[in-house]
Amino acid sequence: MKGESILELKDIKMTEKQWNSSTKIWTEQRGRMITLTSVSIMIIIAVSILYFVASKGFSTFTVNKASIIDFFTGMQWKPSTLDDLGRPIVGALPLIFGSFAVTLLAAIICAPLAIGAAVFMTEISPKFGKKILQPVIELLVGIPSVVYGFVGLSVVVPFLRENIGGSGFGIAAGTIVLTIMILPTITSLSVDAIEAVPMQIREASLALGATRWQTIYRVILKTSLPGLLTAIVFGMARAFGEALAVQMVIGNSTVIPSSLVEPASTLTSILTMGMGYTVMGKAENNALWSLALVLLLMSLIFIIIIRILGRRRVY
Amino acid sequence: MRKRIIALFSMLLVFAIVAAGCGSGSETDSKANAEGGNKKEETTKGSITAVGSSALQPLVDEAANQFMSKHSGSTINVQGGGSGTGLSQISEGAVDIGNSDIFAEEKDGIDASKLVDHKVAVVGMGPVVNKEAGVEDITKQQLIDIFTGKIKNWKDVGGKDQEIVLINRAEGSGTRAVFEATALDGATPAQAQEQDSSGTVQKIVSETPGAISYLAFSYFNDSITPLKVDGVEPTATNVETNEWKIWAYEHMYTNGDPTGLTKEFLDFILSDEIQSSLITELGYIPVTGMKVERDAEGKITNK
Repeated sequence: MKGESILELKDIKMTEKQWNSSTKIWTEQRGRMITLTSVSIMIIIAVSILYFVASKGFSTFTVNKASIIDFFTGMQWKPSTLDDLGRPIVGALPLIFGSFAVTLLAAIICAPLAIGAAVFMTEISPKFGKKILQPVIELLVGIPSVVYGFVGLSVVVPFLRENIGGSGFGIAAGTIVLTIMILPTITSLSVDAIEAVPMQIREASLALGATRWQTIYRVILKTSLPGLLTAIVFGMARAFGEALAVQMVIGNSTVIPSSLVEPASTLTSILTMGMGYTVMGKAENNALWSLALVLLLMSLIFIIIIRILGRRRVY
Repeated sequence: MRKRIIALFSMLLVFAIVAAGCGSGSETDSKANAEGGNKKEETTKGSITAVGSSALQPLVDEAANQFMSKHSGSTINVQGGGSGTGLSQISEGAVDIGNSDIFAEEKDGIDASKLVDHKVAVVGMGPVVNKEAGVEDITKQQLIDIFTGKIKNWKDVGGKDQEIVLINRAEGSGTRAVFEATALDGATPAQAQEQDSSGTVQKIVSETPGAISYLAFSYFNDSITPLKVDGVEPTATNVETNEWKIWAYEHMYTNGDPTGLTKEFLDFILSDEIQSSLITELGYIPVTGMKVERDAEGKITNK
């Protein structure tokens, strides 16, 4: 209905100022065309990446006949060797364990730090926060991950070795590096979440006689909880997918370690390490694609969680 | 207004400093991106790409620099990525030269019949340990026992009471393949940490007490201790006579016979000029000096 009336209006104008109006229609259509093309290109890219990774990732199980159960429960990662049945040995459990371990630990350490910083920047000292802390945190985002990895290798690993023991390489080093890497993500998203809490809620709380800390603790953090959780999940998604920095400090041994300072590995670290040494189409290469598929599915799960959390947001 | 101008100016200044700092680096990068993989027939002009083995990369890099300064207008892009990458890229025809530490016949999934082998150098490799280990000479059996995890402490081989930290190269690395075949007699090393570049291995061995790994001679330096095996010292002379058995040819594979710039560059690397100076300078061993020959099956014959 609405569209029709606009069209009629345009038709009337057409007779009055024909040139001007036809240009307008053309501009409208052109804008539509440009956006439609962009959207369709994006959809095509997303679908083809999904299709490519999935088809490659599944060929470990279809072409090379590895068993899916072994993939998720097996403890041995030796895709270039065949077992008695002629299937490549692809037990990815140590890698999956490593990925989850560093991600969860990093999130557990990072979340209180980041949310604390966000509360300071929004509630306690907004001026100082906006002027100094915000740029500092944004700066951290811009540092390439190889630099984090190198700092981890030169500072964190020796520190752990001398003070805690073991070789220093392991989940502990990976966790520390990742914590610093996801700190800016969680902080800035938490700032957004807390800032989105309506002013009236704060005023209401203060009017009831609550102190600032009571307001922050009982009102603001509670109302912004879905947003804060989204921030944490975003950070975890980053940590889960981070490859280079983790690869440099985790030691890349495909075992489930018995301590935090023993070499372990993650999905991404094995993926990046193996890339240069495999030949397209062979079992070793397909196995790496299977790891990539797991990573893709995990990021899908993270996105779904973020969506569900986002839907809960009501003030 | 003035504040803005000052801010803008200081930003420009920072950018200028940064740009000056990495100017040379980014220039070659953009060249590599723009011209990567273009194959042109005309001689000494145009650009070619060589990809693969990180053990061979320093040599090809330096040779390419010398070649380019002599023949202006030619560009040779040298990239690492590992022997597997080198072999797969060259057999797919994606690059002009594929560098590898291992024979193409030894790599699964590579059709070696299409590839032409150019052995440009020999590289010796050897076990290296952290300086604090207190060991300089071990037997081959001890070496195998250490890498398969049977010996776990340096005191068992006459060193300090210090736990052994094993560092492997990534599975599929050319150096690792050579080391396993020639030093460990084909034994599979114990599950240990893996690193994917020689540079990182060197750094980690030099800093981690009790660490052991293996490196090409070109990565030997004062920060680590190369081990003698059965009393034989890891030196170029011992490699030439095959007394030191852990060595490999450095192959530069082409897809079919080389032509144009590719041929000129390969001839340049094989020329006396490079073989007698640059190769030894960088810690490699010239093919011409070898007293023995080894084929893809590992058979040794006297020259």
